[in-house]
Amino acid sequence: MDFIALAISAVKIVGLVFLVIMPMVAYAVWAERRVSALIQDRVGPNRVGFQGLLQPVADGLKFILKEDFTPKNVRTGYYWLAPALTMVPALLTCAVLPFGSQLFGEPMVIANLNAGPLFIFAIASLSVYGIVLAGWASNSKYPFLGGVRSTSQMISYEISLGLSIIPVLMILGDLNLGRMVQDQSVNGWLMLPLWGDRFSLKGLLLLVPVVISFVVFTVSMFAETNRLPFDLPECETELVAGYHTEYSSMKFALFFLGEYAAMIIGSGLAVTLFFGGWSLPFGWLSWDGKADLPWWQGLIHMATFFGKVVVFILFFIWVRWSLPRFRFDQLMRLGLVFFFEIAVINIILTAGIMMLVK
Amino acid sequence: MAFVVRRPQLKWWEKIYLPVIAKGLVITMRHFIRTLTGRTKVTMQYPEEKWNDQLPEHYRGAPALVTDEQDRERCVACQLCEFICPPRAITIIPEEIPSEDKWAKVEKRPRAFNIDMIRCIYCGLCEEVCPEQAIFLRKDYAITGESRAEMVHDKARLYEIGGRRVGLVNKWNDLK
Repeated sequence: MDFIALAISAVKIVGLVFLVIMPMVAYAVWAERRVSALIQDRVGPNRVGFQGLLQPVADGLKFILKEDFTPKNVRTGYYWLAPALTMVPALLTCAVLPFGSQLFGEPMVIANLNAGPLFIFAIASLSVYGIVLAGWASNSKYPFLGGVRSTSQMISYEISLGLSIIPVLMILGDLNLGRMVQDQSVNGWLMLPLWGDRFSLKGLLLLVPVVISFVVFTVSMFAETNRLPFDLPECETELVAGYHTEYSSMKFALFFLGEYAAMIIGSGLAVTLFFGGWSLPFGWLSWDGKADLPWWQGLIHMATFFGKVVVFILFFIWVRWSLPRFRFDQLMRLGLVFFFEIAVINIILTAGIMMLVK
Repeated sequence: MAFVVRRPQLKWWEKIYLPVIAKGLVITMRHFIRTLTGRTKVTMQYPEEKWNDQLPEHYRGAPALVTDEQDRERCVACQLCEFICPPRAITIIPEEIPSEDKWAKVEKRPRAFNIDMIRCIYCGLCEEVCPEQAIFLRKDYAITGESRAEMVHDKARLYEIGGRRVGLVNKWNDLK
């Protein structure tokens, strides 16, 4: 019996990580290049396969075949550890994301934790160690500066990231991501309260703090994943390539993929918290977690979740190629002065609305 | 001389960034859609689309030898092109036309005529200097090869590119 449960978990882990997340990472890179090209009136990679769809395969082969060069002056052990330390937390966090409702009686989440968001923040904050170690172990100026910048940036934005979702947790009254999605599926998404219980004065009033917390959460997520407009740890014009300047071949690829995996997990979390995860809008095919679902509904729910994640990733890419980079003091001021305060005030606002409006 | 740079006074909606960011996003989205629907002109997709129909008449491509209307080679091996060629890409070995030949009155013809296309700079001086109008710059621009030897165009290759040109000079034949 135990063995069967383990086997099912193993199948879910392998299926999600290697059959869904990794290809999504690869194609996120392709989408990034194609979308950025279209935004800049170019064509982008369209040679390998139809519309360049095999480009990720070619890129992967290139990374594997390149020389894996370790410079002489690095601290070897930490230097080798660092890429793994950025990739592992990014993939670990997907353990608690509910990527579907139920398939053949199995809940579509790897670990049904009762502290989902806390787990994600705890693990995601570990990814800063990979960047710090890379910057320090490379024993070179640019990676060092990149690592220092990244540390201060990620630590200060974790505050607003954590505080920004407290209103969501207060409204939903739960820390289990799966149940949060079930609640939204029946009672209306937080960002679209147009059906169920949330289609009321209280629900519509709560939309104000929810939108604020969504903006704060999304911007902090950009900063956490080191994406433009907050890519100061890398910022090519100033630091060559930041913390991964000294890395080559597959080690560089691990940093690269870790960044995109973090972006996908972040999108997944945003979708789960604000846009009702796997649920369809207007309560279609909603599920409260009690009765068993037919398998085709489970598949539709999974497709919905990944569809939403893809839209969110495209939004990430769109923003990246629209905005210029912030200056470092502007970045810290935005995180520590504005978003921190806004998030705190938002919590009070939410509490006030929940207390006063019946 | 010191002078004061006036900083613009930002309005409150400019200070909170968000409307301006939205404006920027709209602009990039417009570019995205215009390129996606093909309304923006982008780079020519080279090997599939070629320049061929858009080349002007005076385009200077690969130099080539041409024959006249009787398929006789025009070149009389005067070597003017060899002498004027700035990068010295042309090598001609002349020979005498034997007296039993029908065109013995022309006296000279090239035994070998090589143009090293690695050296050629497509300047067109050979075409300008040729008294017999035997060498022309054609519209071939993609001259490739896998070895240096392959990049040297010999006489047969030059005639193959050049082909036949009718009605230019009728100095040697009976049409004049």
